[in-house]
Amino acid sequence: MTDFSDYKGIWVFCEQRSGELMPTDFELVSEASRLAKEIGCKVTGVVLGNGMEAASKELGGYGADEVMVCDDPLLEVYTTDAYTKVLCDLVNEYKPEVLLMGATNIGRDLGPRCAARLHTGLTADATHLDVDTKEYIEFLRNASTIDVETVKLDEADRNLKMTRPAFGGHMMATIICPRFRPQMSTVRPGVMKRAAFDQAKADACQVIKPAFSITKEDIHVEVLSVEKAAKKMVDLIGANVVVSVGRGISKNVKEGLALAEKLADAMGGVVGASRAVVDAGWISSDHQVGQTGKTVHPKVYVALGISGAIQHVAGMQDSELIIAVNKNESAPIFGAADYGIVGDLFKVVPDLLKAIESERAAR
Amino acid sequence: MKAIVCVKQVPDTSGKVAYKPDGTLDRASMDVVTNPDDLNALEAALTLKDETGCEVVVISMGPDPAEGMLRELLARGADRAILVSGREFGGSDTFATSQILAAAVNRVGLGPDDIVFCGRQAIDGDTAQVGPQIAEKLHLPQVSYAAEIKKDGNKLTVKRMLEDGFMMLSVETPCLITCIKELNQPRYMNIKGIFECYDKRIERFDYEALKDDPLIETDTIGLKGSPTNVFKAFTPPLKGAGAMLNGDDAAAKLASILAEKHLI
Repeated sequence: MTDFSDYKGIWVFCEQRSGELMPTDFELVSEASRLAKEIGCKVTGVVLGNGMEAASKELGGYGADEVMVCDDPLLEVYTTDAYTKVLCDLVNEYKPEVLLMGATNIGRDLGPRCAARLHTGLTADATHLDVDTKEYIEFLRNASTIDVETVKLDEADRNLKMTRPAFGGHMMATIICPRFRPQMSTVRPGVMKRAAFDQAKADACQVIKPAFSITKEDIHVEVLSVEKAAKKMVDLIGANVVVSVGRGISKNVKEGLALAEKLADAMGGVVGASRAVVDAGWISSDHQVGQTGKTVHPKVYVALGISGAIQHVAGMQDSELIIAVNKNESAPIFGAADYGIVGDLFKVVPDLLKAIESERAAR
Repeated sequence: MKAIVCVKQVPDTSGKVAYKPDGTLDRASMDVVTNPDDLNALEAALTLKDETGCEVVVISMGPDPAEGMLRELLARGADRAILVSGREFGGSDTFATSQILAAAVNRVGLGPDDIVFCGRQAIDGDTAQVGPQIAEKLHLPQVSYAAEIKKDGNKLTVKRMLEDGFMMLSVETPCLITCIKELNQPRYMNIKGIFECYDKRIERFDYEALKDDPLIETDTIGLKGSPTNVFKAFTPPLKGAGAMLNGDDAAAKLASILAEKHLI
């Protein structure tokens, strides 16, 4: 077996856009801090940008023991070439055991390029991480149909077990990278729980400014401009209530979407959608919940006219309360729901809106 | 000038999914399709062919039945189709797959005006890793999540999507671009294409054909050359069926439950 004793610590690549850290950075640092306790190692947040030193200390408040900050005008805006070079050079110099990053459109561009350059494995879009085998078995007990009593695993195994959905969420796979370091994974935004912020720890967080080199000649793709979407993107991940629509609105798309919006407004939520609705072009893709969309865990998830393909369920099954409305009583969505109503959403939703109003009036 | 397109045949995970009695996925009985994003990659290449008359070469790594898919892509307008297939390649993860596909691109020969197109990700693995990893192996600049491509000489202006907006990027050939569905509307086969595709030969690159490329080593390809291994695969349990609310007052019952739980 290869000797990995040189490789120590968990690194989280913390992405910034326009000088602001991303919400997923805080989730990942929180998760890394949990894993670090299993391993007995430090958590390092790695931030590439320009003038990021002050903002980076916030990562300490979520569990980073230290932050490594690389400031340079050439790192202000993400480019594959500059970020890959600087991050890979740092990895080769400091040798972390684990390298995590958010599975954002940028993390999913940077991660594979780095893994290929470093000659190591990369797991995409992990939704669960374990080091300790006992913890992993407990995870299997809850998250799989496997009879864990029959599972024999090496308790001394200290590989990072990276679990992710596969086959559009129809299956889960736990991936390991036993022969190379660092063990790399991109992690799905919105899945890992953000720890409570601790100001004292943020203040105490050490900032390291490592030596690195980057020149214009290293960068082969020129950024002409960075544009924010004109339309405000829906914040599915942060919402308390998500009211999602599926193919069931096809009878009258406009009316179906309007009803979903009304219900979302009444419940203080936002509108989500299944892949079918996004693929049909009825709503923009930032609304998509599911394996290829976003993973949400709101307090209440309402599925209107959604059949419940596993790829959709994978993105919402951890919601605290799931309500399903579907005309077809054998729709798989009812298997994932806490409360189900068999009926036409075009009738049930107006009824529900009225009922919510009278509940409120009665208070 | 060439446009090289990497494509994958995948089980149709959006359609009916079959399970074996032990609860694992019954892949053999699932329909196979050309990976959707890869059709957008092919369309990008065909658009370039319409504009410049360039050659379009499709490359797929997979088992023999992928030949059928390649023939269909010829009918859609590709000029050459190559199936990369061999026992030695089996069990490859994204790292090993990109070694092999990069070697296949080298074998086709990448010129200074050429562009490699890939789909953003395949629907069976959803990793989005093979494109960028091929780019790294070929030392090419990459642009992923492309939603618009404009070509002027050997300079490309690409709109690259982010979750909260987009970037406009400028890159020169040779380069690699991964395509998303917003990029274009893939064309169908036409009658002429369907007739002509049967006159074309599907080329094959096996281990012998690629083995002299430095990217191909026993410890960089196949199961043995894959840095990642599947430790366990399992099916997630569905949470137990909840309560069904019946009757004309079902909505009222639901509202009162939500009120009780202080959710409205």
